[in-house]
Amino acid sequence: MSLLEVRDLATRYPVRRGLADALRGHPRRFARAVDGISFDLEAGQMLALVGESGCGKTTTAQSLLRMVEPTSGSIRLEGRDITHLSQRQLRPLRRTMQMVYQDPYESLDPRFRARQTVEEPMLVHGLGGSRAQRRGMVTELLERVGLTPPELYAERYPHQMSGGQRQRLAIAASLVLSPRLLVTDEPVSMLDVSVRAGVLDLLDGLRRESTMGVLMITHDLSTAAHFADDIAVMYLGRIVERGPAREVVRNPRHPYTKALLSVVPPRDPRLRTRPRILQGEAPDPVNVPPGCRFAPRCPFATDACRAEDPVLDGVRGRPGHQVACLRAEELAATEHPEVLTT
Amino acid sequence: MSILEVRGLNVWFDLPEGGQLHAVQGVDLSVERGDRLGLVGESGCGKTTAMLALMGLLPPNATVSGEILLDGVDILADGERSIRPHRWVDMAIVFQSAMNAFNPVQTIGRQIREPMELHGSARGAGARRRTRDLLEMVGIPASAAGRYPHELSGGMRQRAALAMALACEPRVLFADEPTTALDVMVQAQILQRLVELADEFGLALVMVTHDLPVVAQVCDRATVMYAGRMAEHGTVDALFHEPRHPYTRLLFASTPDLYGDDEVLSIPGSPPRLDQPLVGCPFAPRCPEAIELCAEQQPAWLPVGEGHLAACHLNTHVPEGAR
Repeated sequence: MSLLEVRDLATRYPVRRGLADALRGHPRRFARAVDGISFDLEAGQMLALVGESGCGKTTTAQSLLRMVEPTSGSIRLEGRDITHLSQRQLRPLRRTMQMVYQDPYESLDPRFRARQTVEEPMLVHGLGGSRAQRRGMVTELLERVGLTPPELYAERYPHQMSGGQRQRLAIAASLVLSPRLLVTDEPVSMLDVSVRAGVLDLLDGLRRESTMGVLMITHDLSTAAHFADDIAVMYLGRIVERGPAREVVRNPRHPYTKALLSVVPPRDPRLRTRPRILQGEAPDPVNVPPGCRFAPRCPFATDACRAEDPVLDGVRGRPGHQVACLRAEELAATEHPEVLTT
Repeated sequence: MSILEVRGLNVWFDLPEGGQLHAVQGVDLSVERGDRLGLVGESGCGKTTAMLALMGLLPPNATVSGEILLDGVDILADGERSIRPHRWVDMAIVFQSAMNAFNPVQTIGRQIREPMELHGSARGAGARRRTRDLLEMVGIPASAAGRYPHELSGGMRQRAALAMALACEPRVLFADEPTTALDVMVQAQILQRLVELADEFGLALVMVTHDLPVVAQVCDRATVMYAGRMAEHGTVDALFHEPRHPYTRLLFASTPDLYGDDEVLSIPGSPPRLDQPLVGCPFAPRCPEAIELCAEQQPAWLPVGEGHLAACHLNTHVPEGAR
């Protein structure tokens, strides 16, 4: 049994229609933000969900945590189907699923000292024992996230902390209830480059020692490649490729993944790349094209691609690697990554 | 002669609670036609402030000193006011967030025409024609001229901001994190266009960013800034392969590389406060290689190679034990 099992999950948002449309009897239209995705997340695993804005990665996270209502499909957490639980039934489960947000400037209560921020979830859930026990827990957690000495940081307000320290505090607060699943939405994109690795190392260490599963939403492929076990690439509400991080980065099979990887500039100026820039922007999820949804931007699309919607399927000879592309196998035989050395 | 040469730029901000914040502490910069220079550093290092000072766009509580030589003439000699006739005409800027760069209640076209009409480079039908040309040049349909900023996607808005910056045919283009808020694919599209246009018009491009791989991809040379000061300057190749300041080396080491296997490091600690005078090297408290001298004396800005400069004591003092 996996920690998290997601099957055919779809989340649609109704698109606001004007009065004129309603009077003319135009049907209600829906944005297919998440449009049928399936994946497993194991205990202690870090899965990076990557893709461009509007691909549905954040809606996926919100659906998993039941912050938005999924339209169809199922979500099982430690074997239990949580898709249709009422908010009341979900309440005790909220402890087991926690979220760390992108912006540690917005997500922390500015009037709370650090110790109050960490203590609050225990009070809300009526846990943590006596006051002294809760204090002990706060000290331990601050230490664990690297806010040391904890006595010093415990009394600080968010405005007295740097961005990296705030994000560590937000992580401490999310850990206090010993969650099984931690969802982080762009956890370091607001932070300075020099402190990012510290926060990511922290998440990495935590999931290794506590077997907590981490779903990291990010647009940064380099970060995903370095810190996640697996990468799932999303495009227009679907997972188009998934596999072990290194495998996906070095041996991508979906033309979208290849394009996405090719536009990531390498650090070394001698390895300047010739990016395969896709023109245009992703179509909006209200008007999902028929067939393969990437076909309109795909340089390799054929009539078959425009007619048939490909499913996520195992890549032959590559354990754990899956791709949703009709031509993946054929293209793998002919294509090589282009690296231009200047 | 350089198009733009900056010597000893300093910027102070008066703080509401009294005292001053010394945001930029002696920055030099020089660009020629066709140059692509990166100004790199983390938040609070002064890179954006330095650029706003050059454009004369700082708020009234700022004080600027130094020389800003445009074609050899100091345009800061009579204070910031004397920069104004050159703004948009000789030097233009593209900001990180194009949403903020545009007035939400005016059409894109009108806002692109405004600098042309203001500076008399084109009027009426001529200005309209040029606006359409500019929009097509940056890769958006000319019909976008009639649209309002909120009707365009983030990438389109950023392209429109680029069109606006190019309206009066400037020779120096500043770009402040021009693609940071955008998706990687759109970022790549815009960077590519930016580089093509800079080449086509022989622009001197100054790109301000925290993103080292973007600098490595786009720029020829870069200046790394830390705590308002220059830490190192050189070709992007030299900065990556032979860094002469520990901060430069660590900044690269803290940037994950897509294909690299090396461990991604972080730099413990945080930058110093700039509302108090700095003693010694501002990076010393976070520097793993700091020697005693670093805490006491400000390192001099010295050449360490051809077109390569750095401010680090380690380049002139070999630490004890390493002899």
